[in-house]
Amino acid sequence: MKMRHLVVALLVLGLAVSMPAPAFAQAKSETIKIGVFLPMTGGVAAYGQGSWQGIQFAREMKPTILGKKVELVLVDDKSDKIEAANAVTRLVEKEKVVAIIGSSISGNTMAGGPIAEKAGVPVVSPTATNPLVTQGKKYIFRVCFIDPFQGEMAAKYAYETLKKRRAALIIDKAQDYCVGLADFFEKNFTKLGGQIVAKTYCQTGDKDFTAQISAIKAKNPDVLYMPNYYTEVALAMKQAKDLGLNIPVLSGDGAQDKALIDIGKQYVEGLMFTGHFEKEAANTPLAKKFIPAYEKKYGKVGTFDVMGADAYFVLADAIERAKSTEGAKIRAALANTKNFKGISGTMTIGEDGNAIKSLVIVQVRGGDFRYVATVEPAGVAPEPKKAAPKKK
Amino acid sequence: MERSPLFCKRDRPGTGLVELTFFLQQMINGVALGSLYGLIAIGYTMVYGIIRLINFAHGDVMMMGCYFAYFGILMFSLPWWASFVIAMALTAVLGVMMDKGAYVPVRNAPRISALITAIGVSFLLENLGLVVFGGRPKGFPTPEMFSEVYEVAGLMFPALVVWTPLLTLLILSAVLFIIYRTKTGRAMRCISHDMETTRLMGVDVNRIISITFAVGSAAAAAGGIMWAMRYPEINPLMGIIPGFKAFVAAVLGGIGNITGAMLGGLLLGVAEIMLVALMPELAGFRDAVAFGLLILILLFRPTGLMGTKLPD
Repeated sequence: MKMRHLVVALLVLGLAVSMPAPAFAQAKSETIKIGVFLPMTGGVAAYGQGSWQGIQFAREMKPTILGKKVELVLVDDKSDKIEAANAVTRLVEKEKVVAIIGSSISGNTMAGGPIAEKAGVPVVSPTATNPLVTQGKKYIFRVCFIDPFQGEMAAKYAYETLKKRRAALIIDKAQDYCVGLADFFEKNFTKLGGQIVAKTYCQTGDKDFTAQISAIKAKNPDVLYMPNYYTEVALAMKQAKDLGLNIPVLSGDGAQDKALIDIGKQYVEGLMFTGHFEKEAANTPLAKKFIPAYEKKYGKVGTFDVMGADAYFVLADAIERAKSTEGAKIRAALANTKNFKGISGTMTIGEDGNAIKSLVIVQVRGGDFRYVATVEPAGVAPEPKKAAPKKK
Repeated sequence: MERSPLFCKRDRPGTGLVELTFFLQQMINGVALGSLYGLIAIGYTMVYGIIRLINFAHGDVMMMGCYFAYFGILMFSLPWWASFVIAMALTAVLGVMMDKGAYVPVRNAPRISALITAIGVSFLLENLGLVVFGGRPKGFPTPEMFSEVYEVAGLMFPALVVWTPLLTLLILSAVLFIIYRTKTGRAMRCISHDMETTRLMGVDVNRIISITFAVGSAAAAAGGIMWAMRYPEINPLMGIIPGFKAFVAAVLGGIGNITGAMLGGLLLGVAEIMLVALMPELAGFRDAVAFGLLILILLFRPTGLMGTKLPD
């Protein structure tokens, strides 16, 4: 019988502890609720996990906005477009958030974004780079550059710096991001005088790329552009070396997560890609404050962590300038972001909600990401109208 | 840049050495992938053959096997072979626990209950994996010996491409030996024929079924480890696709038929690779190939390639 008393006592205690919590939340509008939807599981979980860590750390650095405490509400979009739409619906309708950060990848942001747009809730994506994410949208913004810039710079780098002329592509057809990047690379590489000798396709989640690589090898290219996500890049590079395809490989910002090296080990050595951020090149005051503190807590600072934090800081800054938590006012303030010195660089939100900022070229060397060069957007600042990709 | 003569030859639809090398290399790729499917399908079909349970959790058991091996190597710094053997043993124990915990209570219930239970176990393992191991993928350490590459006449043979079919054959023979040459195996075959009568004959049916799960799960772990060495990325949801493919391979070969499962796996692997190789535009449909084959086989030869008429 004693046992039963104990159980009852525990239940009552549990009830008592859990009661005040919802009462708290209702009683005060003293908090600002910011929704977050990110891929915490599934194919690109590493991005979401990194960004979430970054966002939380950014909140620790700046816990209040307009004198109110910030409350973050995270929903996992499971690296899936349908789940992303569900996540945003939940954040808007059930959680009644004032603004949303997310998602990591273009496809998911494009699935969730329009729902927030309709509800008039501003969205800031940390790393969705496809132009279509913000095109024609009033409430959707991002703190990263867009793919036309990235694809053009990769093509230029391959043609001018590496002096390559025969490129092969592996395109993940399931991702708007990869299709877009490959498209901009192809356009610019052929414009410069290069030739695309092989175009092969895959699907997110594929593990086996031997068929594509054997087909590419038969065409004898001298550079491989593979703007896919880290898992696919790592696995494909391993299989490329297994099958004797030893040519330089270029990729996009989707490669920049430590999971790439964890999975690819020695096989990803030499991979080059266009990225958002590299520690050596980060020199804004915020970067100098954020990076050491972050490394003290988590060891290593990842790109997606930084981009998540930047999204938080840009949003916080906008809410403060708006002096309100009204969707329309936050939106206006976000659209007016000028020369914001974030961690990943200085950004100005331009036409169509895109951040205009520089990119870095990064190489994997000695089992780590190494800074190679910075490319400024001057002169190549993306003009969304002109650079819009053709929709596949 | 000038086109090399080699390239021109390949470009013309036709023949030549390059075409042949290309084709053979793709065959090698296909066999490598297919033998992995086959290896995973062996355990799948074995459990079905004996207790008529489509164990949808098989792919997730495979995933657990990979994590056991991963932790064995990285956390306890065991030599790879020891950690593989221990992983197989632990996975066998997991299989037995799964049977005792989930399937024994529904053993006499209608078959659909067992099927639903299997789906439940699958979700349980996946989400348990997410909670315990985290959603972030991990790189699987491949031993030196399995990362070499041999080149013969322009054809590339990564070591695993050689080892996987060998291991598949080894496990296939071991399973066949157990089933056809041991007393336990005879009991298994009896159970598959008529569980009730077997029980009346004094056979400890539950023990035999436990052994079936142990062997099937150990085979899944072996398949999973080979999978993880070839595609060195492990995450808690990694078992879903191989699980489906193994299911298709098992049905292709005639579900319940162990040799058939291996052949079904090979066929599936080669078909997938050839789709991507010959029709690159359709690469996104490689999973559809599996299900397309499944539909075709169910339409035209429902008992599978090597299947005999199913008892009702």
